[in-house]
Amino acid sequence: MARITLSNLAHSYYPNPKSEADFALKEMDHVWDDGGAYALLGASGCGKTTLLNIISGLVHPSQGRVLFGDRDVTGAPTAERNIAQVFQFPVVYDTMTVRENLAFPLRNRGMDAAYIQSRVAQIAAMIGMEATLDRKARGLTADAKQKISLGRGMVRQDVNAILFDEPLTVIDPHMKWELRTQLKLLHREFGHTMIYVTHDQTEALTFADKVVVLHDGRVVQMGTPQELFETPEHTFVGYFIGSPGMNLLDATIHGNMAQTAAGPVALAAHYAPQNGRTQIGIRPEYAEMTAGIGLPARVLRIEDVGRHRIIRAEVAGSQISVIAGEGQPVGADLTHVRFDPARVNVYANDWRIKGAV
Amino acid sequence: MALDLQAVSRMDKGQVILHPTSLTLEQGTMNVLLGPTSAGKTSLMRLMAGLDAPTTGRLVWNGQDVTGMRVQDRRVAMVYQQFINYPGMTVYDNIASPLRLLGKSTDQIDRAVRATAEMLKLTPMLARRPLELSGGQQQRCALARALVKEAGLVLLDEPLANLDYKLREELRAEIPRIFAQSGAIFVYATTEPEEALLLGGNTATLWEGRVTQFGATPDVYRNPTDAITARVFSDPPMNFVDCVKQGDRMTLGQGVTIPATGRFARLADGRYQAGFRANHLHLNRKTGDSVQFACTLGASEITGSETFLHLHHGTDRWTGLVHGVQDLPIGGQVGIWLDPAQVYLFDAAGQLAAPRAATGAGV
Amino acid sequence: MDKTQNNRAWFLVLPVLVLVAFSAVVPLMTVVNYAFNDTFGQNRFFWNGLGWFQDMLASERVHGALGRQVLFSAIILTIEVPLGIFVALNMPKNGFWSSFCLVLMALPLLIPFNVVGTIWQIFGRVDIGLLGHSLAALGIDYNYTNDALDAWLTIIVMDVWHWTSLVALLCYAGLQSIPQAYYQAARIDQASRWSIFRYIELPKMAGVLLIAVLLRFMDSFMIYTEPFVLTGGGPGNSTTFLSIDLVKMAVGQFDLGPAAAFSLMYFLVILLVSWVFYTVMTTLDRQEGK
Repeated sequence: MARITLSNLAHSYYPNPKSEADFALKEMDHVWDDGGAYALLGASGCGKTTLLNIISGLVHPSQGRVLFGDRDVTGAPTAERNIAQVFQFPVVYDTMTVRENLAFPLRNRGMDAAYIQSRVAQIAAMIGMEATLDRKARGLTADAKQKISLGRGMVRQDVNAILFDEPLTVIDPHMKWELRTQLKLLHREFGHTMIYVTHDQTEALTFADKVVVLHDGRVVQMGTPQELFETPEHTFVGYFIGSPGMNLLDATIHGNMAQTAAGPVALAAHYAPQNGRTQIGIRPEYAEMTAGIGLPARVLRIEDVGRHRIIRAEVAGSQISVIAGEGQPVGADLTHVRFDPARVNVYANDWRIKGAV
Repeated sequence: MALDLQAVSRMDKGQVILHPTSLTLEQGTMNVLLGPTSAGKTSLMRLMAGLDAPTTGRLVWNGQDVTGMRVQDRRVAMVYQQFINYPGMTVYDNIASPLRLLGKSTDQIDRAVRATAEMLKLTPMLARRPLELSGGQQQRCALARALVKEAGLVLLDEPLANLDYKLREELRAEIPRIFAQSGAIFVYATTEPEEALLLGGNTATLWEGRVTQFGATPDVYRNPTDAITARVFSDPPMNFVDCVKQGDRMTLGQGVTIPATGRFARLADGRYQAGFRANHLHLNRKTGDSVQFACTLGASEITGSETFLHLHHGTDRWTGLVHGVQDLPIGGQVGIWLDPAQVYLFDAAGQLAAPRAATGAGV
Repeated sequence: MDKTQNNRAWFLVLPVLVLVAFSAVVPLMTVVNYAFNDTFGQNRFFWNGLGWFQDMLASERVHGALGRQVLFSAIILTIEVPLGIFVALNMPKNGFWSSFCLVLMALPLLIPFNVVGTIWQIFGRVDIGLLGHSLAALGIDYNYTNDALDAWLTIIVMDVWHWTSLVALLCYAGLQSIPQAYYQAARIDQASRWSIFRYIELPKMAGVLLIAVLLRFMDSFMIYTEPFVLTGGGPGNSTTFLSIDLVKMAVGQFDLGPAAAFSLMYFLVILLVSWVFYTVMTTLDRQEGK
């Protein structure tokens, strides 16, 4: 197990990158703690797979270094890095039994038979496959195969890190819950450093202690799920995290007041005057439809998603979303929307600015 | 005007793929087929499209028996999970291709293609080829091809499954809007309960080759008629606990008792299964009737504004979804509150014995 | 799969059925006719029952040819299949050199059979051939027209040269279909080169390998043109394989009855052995799947 340091790291797929736009991964400096659970979150093409491939040794970065603990592994091949990886689609050895599949990484390293036996039994119990240990992997369903892949990733105790590349893509929603819980437990039990790549915010937020949000080859924010939710540092994080994403309204900022096209919105802090485009951001969870308090809003439609309802409304030409509880009635008298001042964030040119309380 | 499935079933190699199913899909409705992988969603769609012939039963479309009719002669369009477009053609030609096959005039084609492209926000990409587009745009192109020929039946087989989360969210919001403009019968297969709810319309839940319930989507969600439907239409999965009714008392799980009043009063004594959804579990007492269960916390997951709790109550595994970021010790004891009004009661055969008490949710 | 019924489709198949009847069934019936009848010419036939078949089964000459044929096919398969796999494993996976190799490998497959025979006939001649002359210059006593062993070696080398590419190309296609993730997983698992071959590449190649083995067996078992051009079946009868013997019997001696019976048995043997190969390999495959 090891701390992972990304020092001055950047990568371009062009041999002679000229401008910043040529870089698939823009310069970054990060230290990831030993035993942490990290998620790399972003849309397709944001650079998250490139970063994962650099860590696994599949891609050699154009600049900078990768350190596992104190050891520089930038030039080391995959096999020497002592990592485990679980891929998007199940990678199992079809002709082997489940047991042989799980034992394979240990056997290749010449572990003794008794240890392999007990370790395989332990992992099989973890992934709930004790009953099928002696079946060939070939005939199994996709999610059983993916469980084997997860198990094979976990079976070695001495790995520096375990990398997950969108491992739940092929899994049914109900099975996702089960596997995610198991991953959580495995992480708690063995304390491996885990890096989990995904485009699915729910998977990233629920899995990781720290989520690294990537956008356009750049790390726009790294933080706990709560930080990403409450104080998105960039409008992209606000949009990408949360379902629906954060509401953004153009506004001019005057001290503790934001002036929008529909009227003034109170802020919980004082802000210095800003240049460029300024916006306020508010999560749909912290907005509320009212019968007269706040900004005038016109309800466009109401989506019932079971445990709550999403009200789509229009405020001075911009569309916003408001979340209402399951039992809460939405009547025709709701003509305004109110924002919780403590939850309103202020953005200048897409980056969040801090106010003085 | 409707597509009427009359006791259609499908056997393949001696195995039942689909049990006899009767459904009536009305003109201009959105119909969601919800169920896990290999529950029979795709098989049912293939029967509707005419790609497979039903082993028994008949398909009647607008009063005409179409059971043996070739797929080419039916007015159907299909969109798949994979983005299927002609890679060598431009987006314009891709959208135009079904109309060219129908022998429409150049004028008509041009008008229809431009209108459909506008609806799907593809106008700036008409001259490009599919592989130069993003995944979301490729799937829009496939959707446009399905819509342009004004088919009477549009089948969408998990069309958003291969897209990024956020793109999925956007298209999900757009599909009902597009659909409202078209007037066709839409059938949409998905594995995700949340997707079904967002699409609205009607939902048929499927489980092991059987349609377990069919009705208006929020209604099926709130009033499942059996335990399987409740299970299929819940994400996180529905929680279950054994329940014994004896006289005027009911015992839930590990010795939690509630009075058997109201909708429970008329039930016969015996064993039942109580089901409740994750979001109806709370860490504090929300209502006076709430009862407390002693649970062990197996794991917790924080989504930013909410916390998923993975709980053990005796041998039962539950999932709770509670408000706020809750930092509770793993392995510790937690008292979980549940209002009996939120409980569904299922009998030994899994049939609904007592519904959830109405909560003013508008249903 | 019972798709939606459409009986009109059968009419479209009708012309093909008629063509097949003329091209395959009618000539085959002629052969069957000769196999069970005797004739003294003038198109007058006498029923001979299984007589020709009994003669052929007892014939030393047919036994000899069959033995040589089985030996030849066995040698060809033992050399070409492993060699083909080996070549496929070592071919570049992409880029210019991969296309270059593919073209190079395909070349022998494009040469007509009798030209292959002629090439090697000249190539191996001691007086003017590059191979024969060089071997003689090295002091090796090589002469495929006189020495049975030399004749066999030449035919085998010729066949390997001609057909290994087919096996290699099929295997190469099988290998190309393996996703990169498998190799990466194997590297992470520290699998040896042999393990990668045994547990990833071989299982993924199994399907194409079956086709390769079947094709090479059938082709080598029916081999005619190349050895006929090269050695004409000699020296003596040492390279007279089944088909060469059959032609000698039918065209050379005009023993149409025995030749017809012979060819029917030949056909049945090929069918039987192919079926055995297919069954054995698919059963092995299925057992692995259990």
